[in-house]
Amino acid sequence: MTNAADFAAIRLTLELAAVTTAILLVVGTPVAWWLARTRSRMKGVIGAVVALPLVLPPSVIGFYLLVTMGPQGPVGQLTQALGLGVLPFTFAGLVVGSVFYSLPFVVQPLQQAFEAIGERPLEVAATLRAGALDTFFTVVLPLACPGFVTAAVLGFAHTVGEFGVVLMIGGNIPEKTRVVSVQIYDHVEALEYAQAHWLSAGMVAFSFLVLLLLYSRKRGGVR
Amino acid sequence: MSPAAAVRVSGSGIEARFRLAWSGFALDAALQLPGRGVSALFGHSGSGKTTLLRCLAGLERATDGYLAVRGEVWQDDVRGVYVPTHRRPLGYVFQEASLFPHLSVRRNLEFGLKRVAAAERRVSLDHAIALLGIEPLLERMPERLSGGERQRVAIARALATSPRLLLMDEPLAALDAQRKAEILPYLERLHGELDIPVVYVSHAPEEVARLADHVVLLRDGRVLASGAIDEVMPRLDLPFAHDEEAFVVVDAQVAGRDERFALTRLEFAGLPLWITGLDAPLGAQVRARVLARDVSLALAERHDSSILNVLPARVVSLDDASPGRTLVRLDVAGRALLARITTRSAVQMGIAPGMDLFAQVKGVALLR
Repeated sequence: MTNAADFAAIRLTLELAAVTTAILLVVGTPVAWWLARTRSRMKGVIGAVVALPLVLPPSVIGFYLLVTMGPQGPVGQLTQALGLGVLPFTFAGLVVGSVFYSLPFVVQPLQQAFEAIGERPLEVAATLRAGALDTFFTVVLPLACPGFVTAAVLGFAHTVGEFGVVLMIGGNIPEKTRVVSVQIYDHVEALEYAQAHWLSAGMVAFSFLVLLLLYSRKRGGVR
Repeated sequence: MSPAAAVRVSGSGIEARFRLAWSGFALDAALQLPGRGVSALFGHSGSGKTTLLRCLAGLERATDGYLAVRGEVWQDDVRGVYVPTHRRPLGYVFQEASLFPHLSVRRNLEFGLKRVAAAERRVSLDHAIALLGIEPLLERMPERLSGGERQRVAIARALATSPRLLLMDEPLAALDAQRKAEILPYLERLHGELDIPVVYVSHAPEEVARLADHVVLLRDGRVLASGAIDEVMPRLDLPFAHDEEAFVVVDAQVAGRDERFALTRLEFAGLPLWITGLDAPLGAQVRARVLARDVSLALAERHDSSILNVLPARVVSLDDASPGRTLVRLDVAGRALLARITTRSAVQMGIAPGMDLFAQVKGVALLR
């Protein structure tokens, strides 16, 4: 039924999703914090930019990433100057694309979690001698923990489900950029419906389980 | 910057000057508070008392501000000094208890404590716990506490940081009368047992009368009056005296007892003041209040009435309280009393400043 190529695709997909989620949690946290706390007029602009991947066709994101990261693009020039080569059609390129593609799925739950905490616990912490960073780790992180779980799960799941961006900037290189969604596409193209079914059903089951966990956890109330 | 590195000035009290302008509200307050005892910031909502308290804490950044607490400068915008909140050795009790929901009572208490250098600790955790009577609550989570218990934990948490200034923003406002009565004795204990100046925001005259030594009256972001409670409350030019329930605070000493009639004699301005229902040892310091409407005036000392407390007094000033009623400020051997009488009586008796007469005090209510 399934073969080594399928397993390679699954492994690559999980790897991509894990790396992307890790990067997004690190990068998304300060962005979400800023969005939750700022009174700057830039809040609307940055918020809209973060939300763009929600509405843009993945091919548009992929196209611009391809252009900027390509040999002639500004990012491509930079990576070449740094001796890293160009990112398109590499795993690193996929990671960059996935980070953009899944950004709102991580930033928005975090932002909501930070906003829900409000000003008061931060003020209380300050009157109890905790500086900003101290407060972030000892008060904000524990209180926003459910938000972090939601952000990580959504970021991971959404990256697993990525297709258009991958196709645009990753192509279809076995064990390097061929993720599950692309593999399914290949199977269908080759009329290998049984294998397409196997992977597709796996994706459905995985996505359903993730969402089930997320929603039943929410309904149960977060203590 | 450690507190030791802070800029120092002379002075043992609290000196503050803040200016702050928002749309629809401006704070422009300068005040000096004693470095010990309880100072109450009193005023209606919107008078700026909470904002002023937040400026003292550094939670609100006033422009053009100055703040020195017991000789330590926390803010001086002329010299570019601004100590952020978390570096100020203060305790702050918010209106709602604001305990950290993810920490047990014990870990809430330890949150501030463990961020204070050992050398700076003067209030032990055990002392704070005992003062507020919260030993049985230590292992509970905040969600399992009543409102009154939460507020007691919040006060203990603030105390456990050994603050050099304790700021309290209407800590009883969110509680019902029963919970208030539960906490007030603890607040009085703080006052008696710890040498920490307290700035207490309140809009309840009762609370102010019970707790405060010093009163700051605020209106529209400005300081209307500031002084010792027994000086500020009888002032006829301030709204306290014109309240329906206007009263003066009487700090007196227990001087004797009449067992037969279950009366206690207080010494007030060298004069006896009899009170019922007080069981305190000789020499104890008590605080009572005398309502303006419980004081009537007589031109001669009468012994044919049921009124027990008749004190010789001199009229200081008069003011129309409301149509038909007149407020009279009296001087009783250097202490102030207020009497509210009908204007007709005032006219018929010919009451005028400087006149000597007798104040008949119908009721003395013990505050603490």
